[in-house]
Amino acid sequence: MGWMDHLVIVPVLLPLVTGAMLLMFDERRHRLKATINVVSTILLALVAVSLLDIADTPTAANKAAAIVYLLGNWPAPFGIVLVLDRLSAMMLVLTAMLALPALIYSLARWHKSGPHFHTLFQLLLMGLNGAFLTGDLFNLFVFFEVLLASSYGLMLHGSGPLRVKAGLHYIVINLAASSLFLIGVAMIYGVAGTLNMADLSVRIALVPASDRMLLDAGAGILGIAFLVKAGMWPLGFWLPTAYNAAAAPVAAIFAILSKVGVYALMRLSPLLFGAGAGDSTGFGDSWLLVGGMATMAFGIIGVLASQAKGRLAGFYILISSGTLLAAIGMANAPTTAGALYYLVSSTMAVSAFFLLIELVDRVQDPAANVLAVTMDAYGDDMEEEEAEEEVGVAIPATLVILGICFASSGLLLAGLPPLSGFIGKFAILTAVFNPNGLTQGSTLSLSTWVFAGLLVVSGLAAMIAITRSGIQTFWAPIEGRVPRVLLMEIAPVAFLLTLCVGLTVFGGPVMRYMEQTAQSLHSPGTYIEGVMNAPRVPPPAREAAP
Amino acid sequence: MEFVLAIGIGVLIGSGVFLLFRPRTYQLIIGLSLIAYGVNLFIFSMGRLKIAAPPVLASGGPVNPADYADPIPQALVLTAIVIGFATAALFLVVLLVSRGLTGSDHVDGREPN
Repeated sequence: MGWMDHLVIVPVLLPLVTGAMLLMFDERRHRLKATINVVSTILLALVAVSLLDIADTPTAANKAAAIVYLLGNWPAPFGIVLVLDRLSAMMLVLTAMLALPALIYSLARWHKSGPHFHTLFQLLLMGLNGAFLTGDLFNLFVFFEVLLASSYGLMLHGSGPLRVKAGLHYIVINLAASSLFLIGVAMIYGVAGTLNMADLSVRIALVPASDRMLLDAGAGILGIAFLVKAGMWPLGFWLPTAYNAAAAPVAAIFAILSKVGVYALMRLSPLLFGAGAGDSTGFGDSWLLVGGMATMAFGIIGVLASQAKGRLAGFYILISSGTLLAAIGMANAPTTAGALYYLVSSTMAVSAFFLLIELVDRVQDPAANVLAVTMDAYGDDMEEEEAEEEVGVAIPATLVILGICFASSGLLLAGLPPLSGFIGKFAILTAVFNPNGLTQGSTLSLSTWVFAGLLVVSGLAAMIAITRSGIQTFWAPIEGRVPRVLLMEIAPVAFLLTLCVGLTVFGGPVMRYMEQTAQSLHSPGTYIEGVMNAPRVPPPAREAAP
Repeated sequence: MEFVLAIGIGVLIGSGVFLLFRPRTYQLIIGLSLIAYGVNLFIFSMGRLKIAAPPVLASGGPVNPADYADPIPQALVLTAIVIGFATAALFLVVLLVSRGLTGSDHVDGREPN
């Protein structure tokens, strides 16, 4: 077993070690802490990309395209496993690609406005990566708690009454959801006797009819816990307020938090209740479909109604969650492939938008905004601090660049051509309208039409809302004062938008990857086999007794 | 014994949910703690109830699994207790910060009227 085989655990260990190490340094050594954090995040991104490469190239030893890492070298259903397949590799890369710009952005100002920003940031990454890698339900809970605990800290970063209030609500709702998570996991264990996802998938088909109801109840309760995180309609009212209150770089990395719930459903729904699940096949799919569409409708209304750009972005996250949930509810591979593409594109776009909001808002009323941020961060007597902070290169032609970034993130969010938002929506729509492939004619159900209609209308609503706030920001102010924007602040936004352009240009290969991912999600035979038959590492040969 | 445990879990979680719907932060934290206790007992009960059965195998001799309690829920409960304790402490801090910043223990940071 060479060192490459241990690469799977690096995305969990590296942030943990870095986060712990950062605790050792004094808060005043900003520069040192920032450097360590940036280096570690860049390393993490490199590891994630190489893991993506490994997951995408099946070798002879790794036909299942799933690498199973046995923690403690215990065989699969008894010990805890980490599983790297295409989906988890993709989510790892997405996490790293969101983390890097958010971190760079925070270095301009935000990372100094509260203690332990860098530690919390790394621990959040650890929780995210662990949740994407684990192959065990209880371990998923533990990683959920790690990422939530650090997100509580980050949510409050910068302090201020507004943040504390929104953070309080956020914490209470997530703690209650964690209790539901535990109840669901315990019920599933009580019925099936295992918590390993692959083993569960095998055993669910064998559950006797008398226990079936208990199993479904457990899975339903577990699903509600995920849906609270994903923000499905009656469970997601906390989301726009919380994301609006969070500091810009924090909101940018939070864009992926709601996708963790979506990821869990995307992974577990076909694995546990796919074709091989006996009487439980398709459990929850119609709930996801209807709930997803209700979330989209709610998000559309919210996007149109919100004046503040932060709330707009928060409601857009609801639309995106709703779209993904409804697509999971459709439960077929082509729709899932489109949904995966949409997930990557919309998460990066909304993350860029969160970063952009703060910069763009400086155009509207620069003095007030700077003052508000300063007061949020330090209390109201910190005028000198502000002057000292404006180091770094300010960019020329600020308004033009801000305008271009704003317009392109608008295109991405609304899903208009030529950028990747359009391709994602188009892929979902094609799959929805041609469930049996392009050539065969097929009858479409009412829910398909409603879903397609909502998807199109959500694009329209996002476009209206973003156009309106763009006009208010860029054209309406009469004495337009050019804001001061640092290169360090605009570069992360440009980076994320460039990644979206890359997604568009390389749409073919990316879509092929997504299709393979969706295929393996919906026919989990190889995944199960890979986990259950993962070879143990032979113990090192003992020296012969003398 | 199942009956007593079920009533206990029900009372804990029921009171917890009731408190969760109250408007004061102190009621929230007590409610969340009660729910956490109820959930812990629930996880424990999912390993089936057995009296005077150790979860760890005795060394030596033949082993009859029926004589032992399921160790996994016990391990899960330990983890859940630790995590619940930590999050409760964290929530307590936020509660105090909110109280200090707003001067009110209402969850919205101000009295309804």
